[in-house]
Amino acid sequence: MLEVKGMRLALDGFALEGDFALQPGETIAVIGPSGAGKSTLLDVIAGFRKPDAGQVLWQGQGLSDVPPQARPVSMLFQDQNLFPHLTLARNLGLALRPDGGRVTPDEAARVEAALKTMGLEGLGNRKPGALSGGQQARGALARVLLQARPIILLDEPFAALGPALRQEMLDAVTEVAQVSGALVLMVSHDPSDARRFARRVVYVDGGRVHAPVETKVLFDDPPPALRAYLGQEPG
Amino acid sequence: MAQRALAIIAGSALALLTLGPIAVVLLRAEGFGSFRPGDLDAVRFTVWQAFLSALVSCLFAVPVARALARRRFPGRAVLVALLGAPFILPVIVAVMGLLAVFGGAGLVNTVLGALGLARFDIYGLHGVVLAHVFFNLPLATRMLLQGWLAIPSERFRLAASLNLTPRATFLVLEWPLIRRVLPSAFAVIFVICLTSFAVALTLGGGPRATTVELAIYQAMRFDFDLGRAALLAMVQLGMALVAGMVAWRVSLGSGFGAGLDRQTPHWGARGLWFDAFWIGLVAVFLLLPLGMVILRGLPGLWLLGSDTLRAAGHSLLLAVASTTLCLIWALPLATRRGELLALSSIALSPLVLGTGLFLILRPFVNPFSMALPVTGLVNALMALPFALRILRPEAEAIRSDFGRLAQTIGLTPWAWTRLVFLPRLRRPLGFAAGLTAALAMGDLGVIALFADPDRATLPLQVYRLMGSYQMEAAAGASLLLLCLSLGLFWILDRGGRVGA
Repeated sequence: MLEVKGMRLALDGFALEGDFALQPGETIAVIGPSGAGKSTLLDVIAGFRKPDAGQVLWQGQGLSDVPPQARPVSMLFQDQNLFPHLTLARNLGLALRPDGGRVTPDEAARVEAALKTMGLEGLGNRKPGALSGGQQARGALARVLLQARPIILLDEPFAALGPALRQEMLDAVTEVAQVSGALVLMVSHDPSDARRFARRVVYVDGGRVHAPVETKVLFDDPPPALRAYLGQEPG
Repeated sequence: MAQRALAIIAGSALALLTLGPIAVVLLRAEGFGSFRPGDLDAVRFTVWQAFLSALVSCLFAVPVARALARRRFPGRAVLVALLGAPFILPVIVAVMGLLAVFGGAGLVNTVLGALGLARFDIYGLHGVVLAHVFFNLPLATRMLLQGWLAIPSERFRLAASLNLTPRATFLVLEWPLIRRVLPSAFAVIFVICLTSFAVALTLGGGPRATTVELAIYQAMRFDFDLGRAALLAMVQLGMALVAGMVAWRVSLGSGFGAGLDRQTPHWGARGLWFDAFWIGLVAVFLLLPLGMVILRGLPGLWLLGSDTLRAAGHSLLLAVASTTLCLIWALPLATRRGELLALSSIALSPLVLGTGLFLILRPFVNPFSMALPVTGLVNALMALPFALRILRPEAEAIRSDFGRLAQTIGLTPWAWTRLVFLPRLRRPLGFAAGLTAALAMGDLGVIALFADPDRATLPLQVYRLMGSYQMEAAAGASLLLLCLSLGLFWILDRGGRVGA
């Protein structure tokens, strides 16, 4: 279980607070207006930012003193998810051998398998610049798949893709979640992303990370603040 | 973290190597040694020549930069690139070129003699100022040109549509820019000229044209009066620090001038002949001495003796060692704080550092036997601020672009350095290496203080050949030095670009 307990941290102009728990293997959408602190929340879980108060626990263990690379977390950022000067296979190999050493034949086979799962067979020798936007995104997902950490954080990695490609990527994420059994948190602006992908939704607004709610329940009867964000008339 | 530890080590080494020699100099200077009557003259001359050099460079830079900013002509790009060349040009080579043009048997005097006019004597104040202007007029021009090209062309369009007179355009658009850039250019050039040694060594000298740096050298080499050398070094340090602080206050961060190939269209700009005159003048002023180095050097290449070739070998070795040391030093310091730290070494004169290191080494070894290692060390130290200025922006961009990705993958520090940081830093690394190597290759400073005949570098060898009136051999050696300096720069800079 991932617990965020009594978290509080100052952002420019307001404080973000949160207190919630998520189950392993869940798919969670984090939605809310821009500037509300969605990415900040992910940074706190990943260890890139320290909260002013409170802590993050995984399976009952506090993570406060654990640096990002040692947390049970892998993360996809808005951009720069692959090193542009290394081939896709080399990028993925680094997920298995963070010391940069040569991958064993066994590990190379795992890289190939991950490429295949993501529909990138035979593209391992290409550099990211020679891949399409969708292929790059799937390559990054393959990297996360290989890291095989129990928590996956997605910070709007598909924001730059067109609508059709984005839906395709959401399905790919769903597949990654199923294959890896990881807890997946994905930040999104778009409620339809949440409907497509997430079992539960964490709504961030007004300086508060609201406790997760079933996606269907939330959107069928949104609270007033979310209703305003979605642009719906109260009814 | 390991990277932090490395940065602390590199920073401490920098502090130790700058402050250590200074501390020794201060201690020694208090002990004994006293000023001589000539020393006050040296201080006065140092300040006066630096003031004149900065003034002339800045005054001439205004019309040249203005002309380059608003005219388009064939060869403009080459000329702008040429403005960057004096930075990597060995001082002694430039001096040889200037002698060929302005010296006793040079072009100018030949013409003056034919016309029956008074001859021009390059030795003394005007020679020193001339050489400093040769090096710093391009610098001032580049700084101004950068400012000029940063004025949005919409402003000039607006001025044209308002039908402003040239005078009004100048007052509204160009004068504010000049007032902003020129003081910092002046200050930077003043500091550079204050600590310039090789020019004063070759073109100055005598009681009326001795700089403090030169006086330090003479106290060490001829009188072996270490106390007085230390005292003079203290004076030099004080002057450079005060001037350096003033320069720091007014400086704007000049950079190396990306995008100088742009040119702003000027509607109805008048004064074509005026602009052409200035562009022509600066082109001749820069190209003629360099052309003479090549012309006079070619026959001299057959006179290269074994001494000269050995000196060239020393210099190549030195350049490679200095470059390696400088880059290893610069990498952990490529942060904002590191750059600030290294900047302090800009105001330090190599001769002061050399004097300090000499005093430190003397109880343990014969300092003269350490000439090459000490020179290499000081060269690396002197190039460090420039290397950092080139490396820092890119290094920070790499960290901010890929630092989090590396962390989420859990890359080890060594894998990060080897697979991400260095490969992505290749281009600026090549450029920085090229600059450092060229600077080390052409340096004539500390080596003059320490060297014995067995351990000469190529610039020192040129100086010695000049001193013994073997002008043809000196010309040949200068051409060799020029080729080696530019060649090293080209190879290293190119190495950073190929396949990157």
